[in-house]
Amino acid sequence: MSLTLADLTPERIAAVRQRAPTVFAPDPRRQMLTCGGWLAMILLTAYCLVHFDFSPMRFWNGLSELGAILRHMFPPQSGGAFMEFVGAIGETLAMAFLGTLFAAVMAVPLSFLASKNVFRFSLGRFFVRRGMDFLRGVDQLIWALIFVRAVGLGPLAGIFAIMISDTGTLAKLFSESVENADRKPVEGVRASGGSAVQTIRFGLLPQVLPMFLSSALYMFESNVRSATILGIVGAGGIGYQLSERIRGHRWEEACLILIMILITVALVDLVSKTLRQRLIGKGRH
Amino acid sequence: MTRDSTALPLFERQYAEQRSRRRRTNALGAAIFVACLAAAMVVGQFDLVRVADGLPRIFEYIGKILPQLRAESFGEDMAYWFYGLPDWLALLWETVLMAYTATLLGTLGALALCFLAANNLAPGRKTYFLTRRTLEFARTIPDIVYALIFVFAFGLGPLAGILAIAIHSMGASGKLFAEAAENIDMKPVDGLKGVGANWLQTMRYAALPQVLPNFASYTLWRFELNVRTAAVMGFVGAGGIGQELITAIRMLYYEDVSALVLLIVATVTCIDLLCEKVRHGFIGKENLA
Repeated sequence: MSLTLADLTPERIAAVRQRAPTVFAPDPRRQMLTCGGWLAMILLTAYCLVHFDFSPMRFWNGLSELGAILRHMFPPQSGGAFMEFVGAIGETLAMAFLGTLFAAVMAVPLSFLASKNVFRFSLGRFFVRRGMDFLRGVDQLIWALIFVRAVGLGPLAGIFAIMISDTGTLAKLFSESVENADRKPVEGVRASGGSAVQTIRFGLLPQVLPMFLSSALYMFESNVRSATILGIVGAGGIGYQLSERIRGHRWEEACLILIMILITVALVDLVSKTLRQRLIGKGRH
Repeated sequence: MTRDSTALPLFERQYAEQRSRRRRTNALGAAIFVACLAAAMVVGQFDLVRVADGLPRIFEYIGKILPQLRAESFGEDMAYWFYGLPDWLALLWETVLMAYTATLLGTLGALALCFLAANNLAPGRKTYFLTRRTLEFARTIPDIVYALIFVFAFGLGPLAGILAIAIHSMGASGKLFAEAAENIDMKPVDGLKGVGANWLQTMRYAALPQVLPNFASYTLWRFELNVRTAAVMGFVGAGGIGQELITAIRMLYYEDVSALVLLIVATVTCIDLLCEKVRHGFIGKENLA
């Protein structure tokens, strides 16, 4: 039999509705859960807004203050310290470069210790991995503060901070590429009598090296960004100049520094992107 | 045979050429690298004497911040180490709330701008260009720099930190949202346009349902990042647990430093795990639907 639109009487629809309620209306339990979720979110938000004192008055005053600061920022001026700023930018780049380099050097052996296909001792792997998680879990700025206390103000603290937190990140990234490497060359070297070190050197390293370099370059990019702020806690680089200018209300100089940071970051991104594309391309054929 | 006699030398020659070219590239790369390294060492004032001088001090410092825990009085030692726990937990809670509020505000901002910054959905080239640049600017300046400035505008305390994180989040999420929106299926959009919906209605009923799961997952990830950031906002006076940490470090309350760092790491890890769970819940639900 064929149904026509005329057969679709309200009575029949009602009957079907009664037979299968969930088809026509959402599951009441799920609906309640969704409603409860939204309600909880709204309540939490309201609590936060009250707790953090988001009064329109305060907001408005802050905005007008911010407007005044922005007006002071233009036109940007160097205040006769332009070369000092350039030097500090160079210091920032040097910190990022050395920090990433040392982190990469430390991360290579650690990544092998954290990879299932190289280091078979699972408890050892567990400790290496949790150690790396800890290094990554502490913010770079916290490391910088700690190192400033330990070795004094200056770029050395920043280099250490970048090195320590990035050893964690890079070891994780590296170990992922090691675990994804092709097993065949490794087994080939082992079968022809290679030692463990030789197996890694000739079976594994040629496969993963382009990936390693690419990840390290990527972290270098990210470190140039974060190195610009390490100076705020005294760990060298342009951040020190920036925070001094902001704290001293010399907004037009702060603005110039910000523009210089933006240009540097954009340039480094460009160079590193080009290099990375070449490296990955080289690794593929 | 005659073919081989010409092909083999040709191959040998080309192979040798390629190898020498490769070697030259590698040598050039190595030279540039060494030059960069030397320059970085000079500019970064990095010399081995200072490192050799600094390394023992790092270990000494780590030794100082670690507490004395003895087996016979373990409970008391722990209580002594974490003596400030109630205050610290309250500050950690505030930090998480800061991250929550900032993520919410930032995501709302990103949601408002993302369709304007998507190549395929923007109502005009000019709006597209302007929103793109706005988002770029918002995310390129680090959040702690915003916080430094906002502390002067809005006063010391969490409000400055929240607004700083919110602006940075808006820029970062806005870009990711726009990229997700650029990859949607355009048929529903064309369909709604065809039946005469205005731009807002088109976005709401054609674009948003397609990107919402993606947005939710990005937002959770952003929240994880923001908890980390909120934990250091106190370094510049913008609220949260960072204030307590920087005081402990500056005033040489050694054991407090390790306790606070451990608490921050534990909080960050818990938030990460929680978000992971929620994310899996989302993905599961989306797959069922």
